[in-house]
Amino acid sequence: MKLIVLIKMVPDVVEELVIGEDGKSLDIDAVRMTLNESDDHALEEAILLKERLGGTVTVVALDSPEVDEALYTAIAKGADRVIKITGIDLPPPTRETALLMAEVLRSQPGLLPADAILTGSQAIDDLDGLLAPLVAHELGLPYLGILTRICPAEDLKSATVLKEFAGGLRGEFEVPLPAVLGVQSAEKPPRYVPVAKVRAAMKSAQIETVPAPARGDRELVCVSAMRIPEEAGAAEMLEGSPEEVSGKLCGVLAERGLL
Amino acid sequence: MASAACLLPGTTEITIENLMQTPEGRRVMSCLQCGVCVGACPYGEVMDYPPRRIIAMLRAGMVEKVYYSDSLLACVACYTCMYKCPRDIRLTDTILPLAKEQVLIHQPDLPAELQRALQNTLRYGNPMGESSRKRAAWVKTCPVPVRIFSEDPRPADVLWFVECYTSYYPRGQDCCRATARLFHALGVDFAILGNEEKCAGECGRLTWEPGLYETLMDYNMAVFGKYRFNRVVTSCPHAHNAFKCRYINFGFNYELHHVTPYLAAHLDRLKPMLRRKLNLKVTYHDSCCLGRQNEFFDAPRELLNAIPGVKLVEMTHNRGNAICCGGGGGGMWLDTYYKSKGYERLSERRIREALATGADVLAISCPYEVSRFEDALKVVGGDKKMVVRDVTELLAEALEV
Repeated sequence: MKLIVLIKMVPDVVEELVIGEDGKSLDIDAVRMTLNESDDHALEEAILLKERLGGTVTVVALDSPEVDEALYTAIAKGADRVIKITGIDLPPPTRETALLMAEVLRSQPGLLPADAILTGSQAIDDLDGLLAPLVAHELGLPYLGILTRICPAEDLKSATVLKEFAGGLRGEFEVPLPAVLGVQSAEKPPRYVPVAKVRAAMKSAQIETVPAPARGDRELVCVSAMRIPEEAGAAEMLEGSPEEVSGKLCGVLAERGLL
Repeated sequence: MASAACLLPGTTEITIENLMQTPEGRRVMSCLQCGVCVGACPYGEVMDYPPRRIIAMLRAGMVEKVYYSDSLLACVACYTCMYKCPRDIRLTDTILPLAKEQVLIHQPDLPAELQRALQNTLRYGNPMGESSRKRAAWVKTCPVPVRIFSEDPRPADVLWFVECYTSYYPRGQDCCRATARLFHALGVDFAILGNEEKCAGECGRLTWEPGLYETLMDYNMAVFGKYRFNRVVTSCPHAHNAFKCRYINFGFNYELHHVTPYLAAHLDRLKPMLRRKLNLKVTYHDSCCLGRQNEFFDAPRELLNAIPGVKLVEMTHNRGNAICCGGGGGGMWLDTYYKSKGYERLSERRIREALATGADVLAISCPYEVSRFEDALKVVGGDKKMVVRDVTELLAEALEV
């Protein structure tokens, strides 16, 4: 099974977020970047499929601080080929990301046709989960997202997928392949890869680089301002026995006109 | 019995396969199969492959079987087997971590909590996944000034290597503030690495992840090289262990102390300052790395006895026989896993012994133990009867007049 995984780096919210001088983007030198969590799941799902059915996994990423580490880790986990798109402003908005990735997939030899293109179904800078459907649109492929399981048919002409809905509902769909699939979570949590294996990958494997295709006017919407949330006052702790606390709680609610 | 030297000098590429070509490996082969290690091991009864059997499997050429068992997840690196071994086989320093490395490679799924801790330690330099840029945030809450080398790189006598739980965990920070006050009282010329410090990585090498350990060691050694100091004093017995056992083979040639024995060495000057009477009945828990590994049994007790109004009582298992808190060897991040397997948590076993002494305070000297024992007290319903305090906290309290 020939699989392509699209991954991207997102701001690491463990570290403090710093807004850049333009007031509408993050200061890329001050924030740390980390692999988008659901992309990590998409990679894990692809590796699991490769282990089960054979084939290859190619990972495509946009250049970003710390992306090399993510790509070498992908190799250590079992990816066969890793490609980095270079020469871009960081981090590009979702539509531009989708157009760049679609163009690279089309133009680079040996990528398309693939049986499936997997990517995370959401990212903290793409809560709408638009990346996968936009890539699918560009490539003229079907799309299904928020998936938790992908079971390709024996002839690889279709796949049965499990899609998550709100309220604990799940739906089973059949999708023709090739398709773009947005992964919510892999069947198993992303595996641990010993650091020594990543170090070995750094020595033996090569990250292919592809210059970003020429940029046109790609954004339809743009950010006009970005602000750090203001800190509000501290929480008030209600102390005492359960009876006392419930009394105080009722008092607070009544005081605020909520009872 | 534990001796001063550790592990295998000058070796980075020792594996369980070539271990046998080393003198330590040949010592492993001299195992009597007496089984004292299994009997002494706090989790010996739940292990399919306790130390004795691992050696037997190694001899029989069947050691691979051990790698596919989750048996060694129950090894909390407490040094009990090594301390009791009549052949002086350095189990906890050599064969057990080497076997564990293989378990990490061969086990398809690591318990999630442990995996998360290892990934966090690699990325953020601390297992809890806190921001590496907030490591020195506690300094702002400290009642005395704490110099950070990156802000003021003048040479210092002591590099205080604070470590993770002490830097981030709120109760660990209490130990930091106490230590800083004691250093000031003694006039120690000290500085810390602040946000440049990362976990020493003992949980890596001595447990599962040699690659993680080496990454952290390379990093910390490079940071040490930036500043001038005469000695390293650390708040964490596990960092002490890492420096003593492994860093030393890679150019770490500073005089090394853990805070507790370091303070005990200055007790003649410290004692006259301990004027506040605490009126407490205290029992002391020997941390594995300070106790069995280094035999620092007397130093913490001397310090506690120097505090006015402290009555020191001993638990049934004390000094070399102390029961591990269950936090070593990765156990710190395996509590959920142990619970799911139905194992008794060692911190709970230990806290029952502590409560049985009738003491008001359980004194400790390892930052892992504060959270472990405070949690255990709540679990066994003893949190109204006893509190957990680092030895430094009790000393700092006694400083107040």
